[in-house]
Amino acid sequence: MTLALQTFSSVKDANAALLAAGARYIGGGTLVVRAANEGDISVSSLVRVTDPGLSRIAVSGGKVRLGASVTMAAIARQPELATLAPAARAVGGPAIRNMATVGGNLFAPAPYGDFAVALLALDATVVTGDSEMPIETFLAGRDTSRAVVTAVGFSLPRAESFRFLKVSRVKPKGVSVLSIAALLQRAADGTVTAARIALGCMADRPIRARSAEKALLGCKLTPQEIAPALAAASQGIAPITDPIASAWYRAEVLPVHLGRLLSN
Amino acid sequence: MAKVPVQFTLNGSEKAEFIESGTTLLHALRDKIGDTSPKGGCHQGTCGACSVIIDGELRLSCLTLAETCSGADIKTTAGLAEGGVLHPLQRAFLDAFATQCGFCTPGMIMAAKVLLDRTPNPSREDVVEALSGNICRCTGYEPIVQAVLTAARANSQNAA
Repeated sequence: MTLALQTFSSVKDANAALLAAGARYIGGGTLVVRAANEGDISVSSLVRVTDPGLSRIAVSGGKVRLGASVTMAAIARQPELATLAPAARAVGGPAIRNMATVGGNLFAPAPYGDFAVALLALDATVVTGDSEMPIETFLAGRDTSRAVVTAVGFSLPRAESFRFLKVSRVKPKGVSVLSIAALLQRAADGTVTAARIALGCMADRPIRARSAEKALLGCKLTPQEIAPALAAASQGIAPITDPIASAWYRAEVLPVHLGRLLSN
Repeated sequence: MAKVPVQFTLNGSEKAEFIESGTTLLHALRDKIGDTSPKGGCHQGTCGACSVIIDGELRLSCLTLAETCSGADIKTTAGLAEGGVLHPLQRAFLDAFATQCGFCTPGMIMAAKVLLDRTPNPSREDVVEALSGNICRCTGYEPIVQAVLTAARANSQNAA
C-alpha cells in the first residue's frame, strides 16, 4: 500500500491538494479505497476534509441541504427525510450505509449510485465550493470534475409525489439490475401535470427518461394510459452489461418495472 | 515513506502503532496489532468478513483507513468473550451450528451485535436485514439467523 492520506480542515485547502497528479478525494472510502484495494494504480494519494459542516443535514421550509459527507445511514434514520429513506436504504448493506456518502454516490458508476438516481428525479442542485449547478450538468461532467462537492440541495417532495424502486436479484441487499425514481405532480382527479423520471443502470450514470416523462403528461396512472410512456421509456437508453444482467435484459425489464412503479 | 502514528481503543485497551499512510484498518489490526478476528475476504466491501464496530457503528475495516480511526473506540469479535466465557452470540453460533468454515463468523457476529445493542428483541426480518451485508458460503444462512434470534432471547431472559 503506497497511498498517502492528507487531511485538511477546509475544502479550499483540499481543492488545492487535489490538483496534484494521482490525488483523489476520499469520503466514506467505499469507492476509492475499494479501487486502491483492487490495484488501481492511478490513485497515489487521498485527500480528506474534516469540516463537520460537510456532515450536516438541514431541513427547513420544504428545502433540504445534505452535506456531501452525510451517510446513507444518516439519511435513512432522519424522520424528516422519510420519503427518501427507501433510496438511502437501497445502497449497500448496513456497514456500507454507515460509510457511503451523498457526495460519493454522485460519482458511483453504474450499477452503483442508486441514491443519485433519486437526486436526479428531485432535480437536486450540486454545490462545489463556491459554485452550484443542476445535477444533470454535474453528472454529465463528473469524469473531469476536480472540485470537492460540498453539498446537494433540493425541495423535499411530498410523500405521495415521490416513488423509488430498486430491482436486485438478491434480497434484501443486492446490486441493481436497475433503479427508477419518479417525481409526479398530479391534479385532483389524478391526472399527471408534471413528471420527472430518473433511471439507474440505463447508462454509465443516472439518466432521465425524457420521452416517458412527456408521454405521461395528461395521463391517469392506469395500465391503459401509461402504456405509451412505458413504450417510450426505452428511448435513448444504453444499459450497462455486467455480471448482474446484460444490456438486453435490462432494456427488456425496464418497462415492466416502470409500469409497476407508476401503477402502484 | 514516513510512518504515521495512530492510536485508538481496541476492545477496551489503548493501542498505538506507527503505520504507513494509507494502511487499511484491517491490515493494521491483523498484521500490526495481531487481532486476526476480522477477516480479509473480498477487500471490496462486498462480503462483510472484515466488519468491526467503530464508535458503535458497523464498518468495513477493509475500506477504512487506519489513520481516520485515531481516537476511535473499536470493537472486534476477539474482544467479546469475558474471562473465558463466550458472549451469548458466540455461544448461540456454536450451539446452532451457525459456523462451518468460520471465515464469515466474526463479521456476522459484529453485525448481529450492533443489531442486538440497538434492538434487543429483533424480528426475523430485522435479523435478515442486519446480516444482509455479510456473505456466508457454507450454512445457507438459516442457522445464523436462528443463532441471532436465540442469542436475543437469551439476553432478554437474563435481563428479565
